[in-house]
Amino acid sequence: MTPTYALPRLSLRFVPVWRRNFLVWTKLAGPSVLFNLADPTIYMLGLGYGLGAFLPEVDGVSYIAFLAAGTICFSTMNTATFETLYSAFSRMHVQRTWDAIVNAPVALDDVVLAELVWAASKSCLSGLAILVVVYALGVVTSPLALATLAVVPLIGICFGALGLAVTALSPSYDFFSYYFTLVITPMAMLSGVFFPLDRLPAPLRIAAECLPLSHATELVRPLTFGAAPENVLLHVAVLLAYAVAGFYAATVLLRRRLAS
Amino acid sequence: MKQEAPQPPTLRSPAKGEDANAVLRAQGLRKRYGDLEVVAGVSFAIRRGECFGLLGPNGAGKTTTLRLCLGLIAPDGGEIELMGEPVPSRARVARRAVGVVPQMDNLDPDFTVEENLLVFGRYFGLPDATIRARLPELLDFAGVAGRASSRIQALSGGMRRRLMLARALVNDPEVVFMDEPTTGLDPQARHVIWDRLRQLLARDKTIVLTTHFMEEAERLCDRIAIMDRGRFIAEGSPRELILRHIEPQVVEVHGDGLDAWSAAEGSRLASRLERSGETVFCYTTDAAPLIASLERATGLRYLHRPANLEDVFLKLTGRELRD
Repeated sequence: MTPTYALPRLSLRFVPVWRRNFLVWTKLAGPSVLFNLADPTIYMLGLGYGLGAFLPEVDGVSYIAFLAAGTICFSTMNTATFETLYSAFSRMHVQRTWDAIVNAPVALDDVVLAELVWAASKSCLSGLAILVVVYALGVVTSPLALATLAVVPLIGICFGALGLAVTALSPSYDFFSYYFTLVITPMAMLSGVFFPLDRLPAPLRIAAECLPLSHATELVRPLTFGAAPENVLLHVAVLLAYAVAGFYAATVLLRRRLAS
Repeated sequence: MKQEAPQPPTLRSPAKGEDANAVLRAQGLRKRYGDLEVVAGVSFAIRRGECFGLLGPNGAGKTTTLRLCLGLIAPDGGEIELMGEPVPSRARVARRAVGVVPQMDNLDPDFTVEENLLVFGRYFGLPDATIRARLPELLDFAGVAGRASSRIQALSGGMRRRLMLARALVNDPEVVFMDEPTTGLDPQARHVIWDRLRQLLARDKTIVLTTHFMEEAERLCDRIAIMDRGRFIAEGSPRELILRHIEPQVVEVHGDGLDAWSAAEGSRLASRLERSGETVFCYTTDAAPLIASLERATGLRYLHRPANLEDVFLKLTGRELRD
């Protein structure tokens, strides 16, 4: 086994564990895709066309066009978060699936990596689904928007890693409400998902710039308009930093949790 | 936690005598949780083909000992070697040749019987074709040959436990660790599990099990260690333990006038008396005088039987509850 505070040991042994989650998903793929797609689509269309009717252009585009990028980021974040909170917690704590896996020649580090990659994979599907919808509706037309597909995995890894760290600390499902209420929901409001950040008071704007989701929307929004984002390296670096910190914290906390 | 430090030469070189065949060796094992030393200096060696039983009351440290041997937790002291590999530093490699049946049912509820075995085999890096080739035998072993496509929820408790055993064999292991393999099963299901374990032993597999069923230990185990408060307090074959620690005959007495009879007759005729609630256990090498006395007494009921492992266990660990 690996010393508690050692860096995560990455290995391809995560693949069979990822395949296990994938096999479960194929059995429930219908409802899963529906929920991942329907919920954000309804919000996007409802707010975009409903609220959009009262709004003049936002940042020079229709409100629904503005909202498309936000919905892609928000939906990817939510899928990765739900997967690493509720689903991973079920596998770890309720079904004891992880306990079974680590009896095989698979290390806990491999399981944690598999959960991260799995959550990112599933969240990519969410992001992709929204992209298909906005293309189909003609809300987004630029081929450059396809480059969003390079950003979406990064968003998934970032929030998957943070979610795993929360799961590592969680005594029960109830604990996740704190994370959603205190972290995810305020972040969604402060990250340019539903409205542009430049109208916010300065202190809030500074706070917003520290949040990973802001950097995600700053990458994705210009792409949906057919423009190249600015400060790409900065945004990617912030998302990666959260991902790396979250993954390290999750690995250490889970090693401690499962060794007690 | 323990670093992957070089192991001392005593463990790396093959030892002499029976130890050369040891598939699992532990020396001075210690594990502490907070103020409680759950494993407090335990040493043993388990030979290939042997069935070794860890007996003890709840909280004795049995499960922790198993988890230490598998390298799932790091010891605070001591050395472990499993399949020739130092544990925990190379535990992952050692576990390639190990099967584990945990105490708690952790079959994958989303999968069928067959998928449970297939997915588990992949964790060992086995190609699907290899696992599929083993499936018929494993399903047969688990007694679920007709149920390959059944959902786990549709299986009885006994079937699930046998499937857990089959899952632990998917990599054709040398050693099988079992944590209370028959707890919660009805007698029929328990006997089937015992039969399967004997089949494994006949195939020269090594079994390490924990149990608090004395009957299970007595029937299956070549060697037993009785564990209490983190230590081994007795070790040997079931027969040796009974011979060494307890009188061969037991007369259990209960009913009206028990106190008077114990004071006047029991204490005189038995070599040792133990009181538990409303029953007196008389331990003796010759039960005839006790039985003659009990036949004369009115209102007392008795049961005469040979001493068993449970008597040894209760003598050594006491009769008070361990919750």
